[in-house]
Amino acid sequence: MAQDLKKPEGGPAMRRSAFRRSRGDTPFRFVSTGAGIVLLAIMAAIAVFLIAKAVPALQANKANFLTYFDWTPNATVPMFGIAVLAFGTVVSSFIALVIATPIAIGVALFISHYAPRRLASTLGYVVDLLAAVPSVVYGLWGFTFLVPLMVPPSKFLNTYFGWIPLFGGDSVVGRSMLTASLVLAIMILPIIAAISREVFLQAPKTLEEAAYALGATRWEMIRMAVLPFGRPGVISAAMLGLGRAMGETIAVALIFPITFNISFQILSPNGNSIAANIANGFGEANAIGRGALIASGLVLFLITLLVNSMARLIIARRKEYARAAA
Amino acid sequence: MTTATLKTGIQPISTGRRVKDRVVQVLVYLAFLVAVVPLVSVLYLVIKNGLARFDMEFLTHSMRNIGPNDAGGGAYHAIVGTLEQVLLASLIAVPIGLLTAVYLVEYSRGGRLARAISFFVDVMTGIPSVVAGLFILAFWILVLGFEFSGFAGAMALSILMMPTVVRATEEMLRLVPMDLREAAFALGVPKWRTIVKVVLPTALTGIVTGVMLAVARVAGETAPVLLTVFFTDSINTDPFHGPQMDLPLFIFSQMQLPNQTAIDRAWAGALTLILIVMLLNLLARLISWWRSPVRKG
Repeated sequence: MAQDLKKPEGGPAMRRSAFRRSRGDTPFRFVSTGAGIVLLAIMAAIAVFLIAKAVPALQANKANFLTYFDWTPNATVPMFGIAVLAFGTVVSSFIALVIATPIAIGVALFISHYAPRRLASTLGYVVDLLAAVPSVVYGLWGFTFLVPLMVPPSKFLNTYFGWIPLFGGDSVVGRSMLTASLVLAIMILPIIAAISREVFLQAPKTLEEAAYALGATRWEMIRMAVLPFGRPGVISAAMLGLGRAMGETIAVALIFPITFNISFQILSPNGNSIAANIANGFGEANAIGRGALIASGLVLFLITLLVNSMARLIIARRKEYARAAA
Repeated sequence: MTTATLKTGIQPISTGRRVKDRVVQVLVYLAFLVAVVPLVSVLYLVIKNGLARFDMEFLTHSMRNIGPNDAGGGAYHAIVGTLEQVLLASLIAVPIGLLTAVYLVEYSRGGRLARAISFFVDVMTGIPSVVAGLFILAFWILVLGFEFSGFAGAMALSILMMPTVVRATEEMLRLVPMDLREAAFALGVPKWRTIVKVVLPTALTGIVTGVMLAVARVAGETAPVLLTVFFTDSINTDPFHGPQMDLPLFIFSQMQLPNQTAIDRAWAGALTLILIVMLLNLLARLISWWRSPVRKG
């Protein structure tokens, strides 16, 4: 690449002095390096300013931020805790991941190994379009269409599978954790599918042909040659999807029933998330309320940072995936 | 080796294996269909419900003096806001993103700074949009004391655009053949002029595609503008002073009202937003398809 050009030791013609130094060169180099540093500065500023605004609110908090189960930072005695919100964020995203990952792997295999060659890229584009639909439109769709639609299947699950704690509970509603997770699953599916597809396409052709030559069926070839190669890529794709689901705001803000209790009954009117709470609580927040929301945002930032860095590390460990990571 | 084993060297695939292969094939096809169902459902409902109020009045009037229950009103103020904010966001994000990519590809030699930038671009990709909004809220509005404005929203959106622009530009710059650069150097062209006159024009269509995809993504963002632009029902064409509106916010505020007239307006807003976003997406794909030789092919 670029650096190959100027090996200083490479022959007299390529010596640095051979280049005519131009007056424009230093400033341009300076400006483009500066742009990169600006980018780093923005990242640092995000952390610094979120902390700066969160600390006063945390000091005014009369309850334990980590264990308190309610969110009343605007009261005369401000009390708020992150526990319920963090729980809702993690659980709803995790359910979304469980729903989305198998389908996304299927979609990725369909486009990389099953669909007719000529159609594959067009069909891949169709799936990518899912990612182009704005989150607020999913919110509108979920709120007016999916919520009523989810009532009968939720009732069914509750009646016949209520003995599983997950589906238990006395009241079953459409605005539940399950519906929110379903919308999240739809939103993260294209990301997981796109990265998995890239990884599957990079599976060594020689291995695939070798499997076929040994008489493997298509599924056996995929199981022996494609999936083992793609596994780390799929895992990191799923984690990137998890990060996206955790940060998703508006769609779930419209669907979550705004409650403050921890419950695994995903069909009951329980559930909230950090991001949804920020969107719903911002309007009536006072100074401490805003600080409290910023503090919760900081927690969200840290959680997603952790999840995303782990996903990136998995991708970065394998050079073959370089293209898929972009 | 006997002739018997030679004859049976290629055996027919047993029924069990064949069935398993078929079952998986059906499942894979099903997965694709399941993935497409929500897309079709969303698009169908947006078009069907959106057309009810998608008229000239909707596109040319604001919501000033129009109650939730009143018919009429429109999203003109929101459309103006969306266009201005996205334009401003691009004006901030594209130069920074472009130059960062130039630094990464042309100037850095894989040093520590380049690796740090590269890593944090990845981290930036994963920043939840609501956190970008909170940052601008904390920094611009709470600490520096500026008011809610379209510009504040544009800054939040630009944070979300930057990593996409950097990655798209970087990928395109790496595809520019080394020969082109070497030819320019051989002619004694200084490095910066080689980048500006040779490298960037060659990669231009790819970069434009990446920028448009980034624009399409942020045009639909609600959370960051909710925290930085706030609401208004009136037309505010000045993005630097006072609350503005934009289309996602318009949908968000209208759909939370219980009145059918407001819900209809929300759907019409969704239709407008989807049209803008899909148009940008389509245009981006068309540009990259039209100039495909530069790309992977």
